[in-house]
Parts: sequence; structure tokens; C-alpha cells
Amino acid sequence: MEKINIIHSTFCPLQIENIDTDQIIPARFLKATTKDGFGKNLFRDWRYENDDETKPKAGFILNQPQYQGQILVAGKNFGCGSSREHAAWSLLDFGFKVIVSSHFADIFKSNALNNGVIPVQVSEPFLKKIFQFSHDATLTINLREQTITIDATGEYELFDINNYKKNCLLNGYDDIDYLISVKDEIEAFENRY
Amino acid sequence: MASTLFDKIWNKHAVKSIPQGPSVLYIDKHFIHEVTSPQAFSGIEKRGLKVFRPKQVVATVDHNVPTIDQHLPIKEKLSRVQVQTIKENCVKHGIEFYGLDHPYQGIVHIIGPELGITQPGMTIVCGDSHTSTHGAFGTIAFGIGTSEVEMVFASQCLLQIKPKQMRININGTLNRGVVSKDIILYIISKITSGGATGHFVEFAGSVIRNLSMEARMTICNMSIEMGAKGGMIAPDKTTLDYLEGREFAPKGEEWKKKVQEWKQLKSDEDAVFDKELNIDAADIQPMITYGTNPGLGIAIDAMIPRTEAIADEGERRNLVKALEYMGLNAGQRLLGTPVQHVFIGSCTNSRIEDLRMVANVIKGKKKSDNVHVMIVPGSQQVAKQVYAEGLDKIFTEAGFEIRQPGCSACLGMNEDKIPAGEYCVSTSNRNFEGRQGAGARTLLASPLTAAAAALTGVVTDVRELMRSVIYGEGEE
Repeated sequence: MEKINIIHSTFCPLQIENIDTDQIIPARFLKATTKDGFGKNLFRDWRYENDDETKPKAGFILNQPQYQGQILVAGKNFGCGSSREHAAWSLLDFGFKVIVSSHFADIFKSNALNNGVIPVQVSEPFLKKIFQFSHDATLTINLREQTITIDATGEYELFDINNYKKNCLLNGYDDIDYLISVKDEIEAFENRY
Repeated sequence: MASTLFDKIWNKHAVKSIPQGPSVLYIDKHFIHEVTSPQAFSGIEKRGLKVFRPKQVVATVDHNVPTIDQHLPIKEKLSRVQVQTIKENCVKHGIEFYGLDHPYQGIVHIIGPELGITQPGMTIVCGDSHTSTHGAFGTIAFGIGTSEVEMVFASQCLLQIKPKQMRININGTLNRGVVSKDIILYIISKITSGGATGHFVEFAGSVIRNLSMEARMTICNMSIEMGAKGGMIAPDKTTLDYLEGREFAPKGEEWKKKVQEWKQLKSDEDAVFDKELNIDAADIQPMITYGTNPGLGIAIDAMIPRTEAIADEGERRNLVKALEYMGLNAGQRLLGTPVQHVFIGSCTNSRIEDLRMVANVIKGKKKSDNVHVMIVPGSQQVAKQVYAEGLDKIFTEAGFEIRQPGCSACLGMNEDKIPAGEYCVSTSNRNFEGRQGAGARTLLASPLTAAAAALTGVVTDVRELMRSVIYGEGEE
């Protein structure tokens, strides 16, 4: 996995709560046997009329060229529902490296972290504040310091991340590397189990 | 120190803990299916690894499979490739595979319990959020992503941070027409679709104790719909009676030994939970959802909340958006709303008791001409039972279409989909936008309420049809 520390970018505001993984990537696109190319179907049914790529819905934020960036800012309870990791793959493939929300569903959070996408959980008031800024505003996420900053005003908040997970992201390690390294201990556990 | 049921199972499976970090949690059983496993297999292969403990993995196909003509090759190419891929991967890695031609095939969360693979005290994972179903047996069971499937393939372990714990006690007497689906829809409507995030939930109380195993599975199945990491119920005599004699359940001396072990599996009297919720069964009525997440549910005869009554701006905006998608109005009642489809199936409600419940309501009657009814047994074993009991005749005479086992119209992934703009009373677990097909409008309800809608063609209070007969479930 790629090492991550600081992400500085404009953001796409998606002011909707309870965005479930069926919206992020509808089930009909889960038939691939590889992890590639899911970005083009990200938020498919919110992006296009009648599933037609030639008919983008003008009101949807990802169809508005002024909104660009590596950060998606969404309403609370982001990523609820199905455990499909394809949701994290499609966000990453589309170009998002950070998702900001005031509340994340558990499985989505793990899936994001396992793919080097940082779920940044902020307070409800801070989230509201971010939504007040327009398309040219930028946010800075500093993983080492665990801060998210609205660059225009310098307002920032600390966010939580498990220390182990943080080190994995900073160093580009994943859980499998670790688990394989403790195989002897796992086998010893099995023998006394 | 007093421990919870969750603590006891967790502690037994913790291989080690990383300081300030997660624990290495040993996994007893790993269920896999065709959709969330292929990238995990290629992942370990890229690392030059084999599946570490193939005998602890059980595979089936359910999400993608057609529910008619299962003896023929799958028509749709991508689905066919996925189904073929899991088969090849299982052969390569020595994993037990229940394909479409196997008598044990079915929805992964139906077959684990019915075959006796799911046993008290286990840790169980699957790349599917409804893995929480298995918690009904007193297990730590939860859904995982594909990277985690790969981790379990590689090491039979997962790195997990211990979740917080919540207990929900349901006591009192259930009202007529109220079944376990209503209990869980009621709970989710009270605590919202994110209300249990970060928590593992134990369901307890006299109402839970009096439920059958199948009814308990429905409750644990939907614990993910309130955001819970998983749901669980302490094993008891009901659990043992269900398990004994099943294909993969322990036998003879081994059974006796296990039973002694399982008897310890309950939360200590003075165990403390991070959160505790008490529910009076008398407050629960037959439930139905009106919105686009499972928390947006009401009693069948209640009114959809008025938007102006909602103080939180975000929630209000959500409700407006949900009602627009659903084509419903704030303040209206759902009773009498015409529906075009009824779907009876899914890992929530496709077990034999669910189908018997439906048969009881519709026996000797015909479905409404305006509604298309699909009834989809959860597994080949359930299907066999349906025919053995003659329920198929009741369904066919009523004009229901009996399909073959699979996830079917629960998730709009296979051929079974609800057309855009049309309403479906569904016994499944999610009413998200487009869940049953792009533009489909899902009303989640119990098998009883689904059966009632099938007969009348409109949203109906099943108690109106029941008169003197009580169609309960789980009566021992």
C-alpha cells in the first residue's frame, strides 16, 4: 500500500445522511473478479438518468466540474449497509483518498482503511462548517497529527484513528503483512485451543 | 470480573493483543460466496500463499444465481464467470463447495445454521454484512470486507478492535400478529439505522427466550441494519434442540462435552454493558417501512411522520428525499396503498417457519390479480421441505411463483428485480434506493404482512385477516 501522511485538496460536498454502500456502488456492478475500474460506476444511480452515461444528472455534485478533489465530505452514517468493499474500491478508483463525515458505519470504515482511504470523523458542528465553504476552499488532513483543517480560516479539529492503523497507513503496511508475521503464534494458539 | 457473553467468546479467541491496537482474533468458521471472494483469492495468490485452514472455510453461491432453471448454464456472462471462479478457487484450495447442483446450496446464512455448521461459542465471519444472523446461536459473527476475507484466508485470523457492547432486553407479551421481524424493525425504528454503530448487541429478555431459533435468526440478521457490528443471543435449550442431529453438529460423546461447554455461554448476572435498552413487547405492532433506510419504519396502521415535526435539519432533508423517492407523503397512512409486487425470501425470512407462516395466512385463498408474488426458499433444504409438507400446493393455488434458492430480489444483482417506480412489500432486510432494482420502492415487513398484501394487493393489517386464528411463531 502507498504511504500516506498529508492530503491537501479541494473537496466534493455531498450533504446527504445515511449514504449506504448500495448507493456508492449498486449491486449490479459487483460482478467483477478484479478490483479495477469501479470508479466509473461510483454513485451510478445518483449520477445518471436511467442508467445512461450520456445523461448525467446536472444537480449531482460529481457532475459539476467546479467540484474536484481527493476529499469527499458527506452527511452522517456514511457507508452503512452492505459490507461490499467495492464501495471503497470505487471511491479510491474515482480519486478520493479521504472521506469526511460525522459518523461512519463500521464495516465501511475497516474497508476504507484496508485500502488506504482515510475515514475522517469530525463533529457535527465542524461538518456543518465545512459544508458552508464553496468549491474553491481546501481542506488539509494531517494523519500524523490527526488534524483536519479548513485552510481558509485555519479552523481545525482532531480526529480519532487507532494508533496501529495510523502507523500502517503512514508506513504503507497492511494487516496481512502483520498477520503473516505472527503465524507461529497463531499455530501455537491452535495447538492449545 | 463479571463478563458478558461477548467477552467470554472474544477472550477465548484472542490470540494476542497489540498494545494500543487491535487484537488478533482467531476465526473458527469462514463462509464465502461468489461476490466478495474472487479478489481475496487472487490477493493471497499474488503473495504466493495458499488458504491457511481450508477445512474451516465453507463456500456456496447465492447472490448472483438465477432462481429459475438452475440446472441450465447461467445466462448472464459476468454472473456465470463469478460462479465458475469460486468453484475453481475452491477446488484449487481444497475448500468444501456447495454449488448450484449440490443439495446443500442456498443463501449462505441459511445453510450454515441448517447444516449445524454454526455452533455456539464460535467466531464466524463472511464477506457479507448479514453474517450477524449466526449470532442467534451465541456466536461472535460479523460481516467483513474482501481485504479481511483475504486476511482470514491467509491466517485464519483478523485484526479487530474490541467493539463496545449493548444489551437490548425485550420483555412482556407480544401482540397478536407480531413476529420477530416486527420486533427488529421496531427496534431499528427506535434507535435509527446508525444507532448501534461500534457496538456488539446482545438480545435478551423473556420474549427472545420464547422465540424459536429461526425467529431469533431474523432478529440477529438485521442487527447490522442499526449499524451494530453484530447481534447475539445466549444459547439455551431451544438452541440445543435445534442443533442436535444436524449434519455437522457434534455427535455422541463429543456432543455431550460441547453441551457442557455451551451451558457456560451467557452473560454473568452482574455483567455491565456500555448501553442497555429495555423494550416492552406490548409497544410493538406489526411494522412496515416507508423510507429508504430500515430505520424509517412505523406500525402498520400509523402515519408517516410529518416533516415539520422533525427538529434536526439533516434528518428532515433525508425524510423529504426518502419520501420523494418512495412516492409517498408525510402524514399519510400506508394502509390501502396499492402494491405491485410481494417478495418473500432473503436471508432474513426464507426459512421453513417463515414459509409456513405465509402458508397459514393464504391457505385456500388466491392472491390479488394486481400483484406479482415471488416466494423464494432460502436453500435447497428449505425448498425440499416446502414440497415435503405440501406448502408448494398452497402457494401455487394462491398464484404465487415459487422460485429456486438464492438471494433473489433482495439485492438487484441477479435476474429478479422490481421495476422502477413500483412498490414491493418485501420480507428482506433493506429498503435502500434501488436495492431491489433501479427505482424500485421497497416496503419492508414480516412474512405475515407480506402474505396479507399478496391477498389484497394493498398494504394490509394482517390482524384484519387473521380473525380468530393466531399465526404466531416460535411457540414451542
